[in-house]
Amino acid sequence: MKYSYYPGCTLKTKAKDLDLYARKCAEALGAELEEVDEWQCCGGVYTTAQDEIATKLSSVRALTCARDRGQALVTVCSACHNVIKRVNNDMAESEYVRTRVNNYMQPENPYKGETKVIHYLEFLRDEVGFDNIKKAVVNPVKRRIAAYYGCLLLRPGSVMAMDNPENPKILENFITAIGGTPVVSPYRNECCGAYLTLTDSAAPEKRSGLIVDSCEKKGAEMIITACPLCLYNLKKNGGDKLPIVYFTEILAEALGIK
Amino acid sequence: MTDLQKQIENIKRISGANPEKCMRCGKCTAACPNYSEMEYHPHQFVYFIENGQLDRLLKSDSAFRCMTCFACVERCPRDVKPAKLIEAVRLTLIRRKDSNYLKPDEIPQKIDEDLPQQAIVSAFRKYTK
Repeated sequence: MKYSYYPGCTLKTKAKDLDLYARKCAEALGAELEEVDEWQCCGGVYTTAQDEIATKLSSVRALTCARDRGQALVTVCSACHNVIKRVNNDMAESEYVRTRVNNYMQPENPYKGETKVIHYLEFLRDEVGFDNIKKAVVNPVKRRIAAYYGCLLLRPGSVMAMDNPENPKILENFITAIGGTPVVSPYRNECCGAYLTLTDSAAPEKRSGLIVDSCEKKGAEMIITACPLCLYNLKKNGGDKLPIVYFTEILAEALGIK
Repeated sequence: MTDLQKQIENIKRISGANPEKCMRCGKCTAACPNYSEMEYHPHQFVYFIENGQLDRLLKSDSAFRCMTCFACVERCPRDVKPAKLIEAVRLTLIRRKDSNYLKPDEIPQKIDEDLPQQAIVSAFRKYTK
């Protein structure tokens, strides 16, 4: 099965392992990820105001490319996923946004939110199936792993629709599938401090410190995440208490690729 | 209509949020992971916009402390969407001439080797026009 794939700016630079192992694991699981042609940065964060049109254009270009290929669009980075999925929702639901974007871009075939956007975790759960992943595991990870969702994968729940935004289990089920033991921290879906790391570092220091401490106290030996900025904030502010890695790295380890 | 009233109407329009639905339960502020760093908290954004006190929000930098994590939006029992109101206040501030909250010149001293590009583009999108 072929999918369109949107890596995003950080996966080409500081988060190369998130990208590399996503590709390798997809291949091992029998799927082909075809990078979107001439994709542009999504902007990192979705701008919620409805009159923000220019900030949505790069996402629409990626979505249109996937639609024209007749493929679903797979994302890996939590931030890209949040931005692209919310813009897609605007294109489907908001006539105000849809009209202005199409008027500006003048595509041959106006875009109306037709593309199905799936995060790599949803690809694993819904397309491959956690049962099949379990069968493909050659090195069960056998560790106590805390899943850190952050805010971008789950909220707003009505649009992201990946899992229950307050009590998610997709990452825990993923950990179980690769042979690990999930550790649940109450801070797993609380913000790490995000982009405030550039303007007010007190916020990420406090928030990320709390998150890592909580995972450690719950007995985790490792934290996994899908977001490069979460990974940075947790590593920078959580001390060296626990290793913090991308979920694709640990998947690659379990599949015997890494 | 005064300038302030026009700005309030614009904030309601671009946010798509209706502060009049608020029943003052305070759950948004209780859910906010950064409320302790804000002069005005999420429930005050809702209250001040509803009651014509936008000027207080425009004089404060509280809007720049919001991480847009959407915890307040997810947990509001009345679907008021406080983070969308906060974003509209932030846009009202940075859309003014020469009012960027983060300047490109400040970036070099703030970055380290591990900082992901995502942090820089996100900050520019939230703090500049």
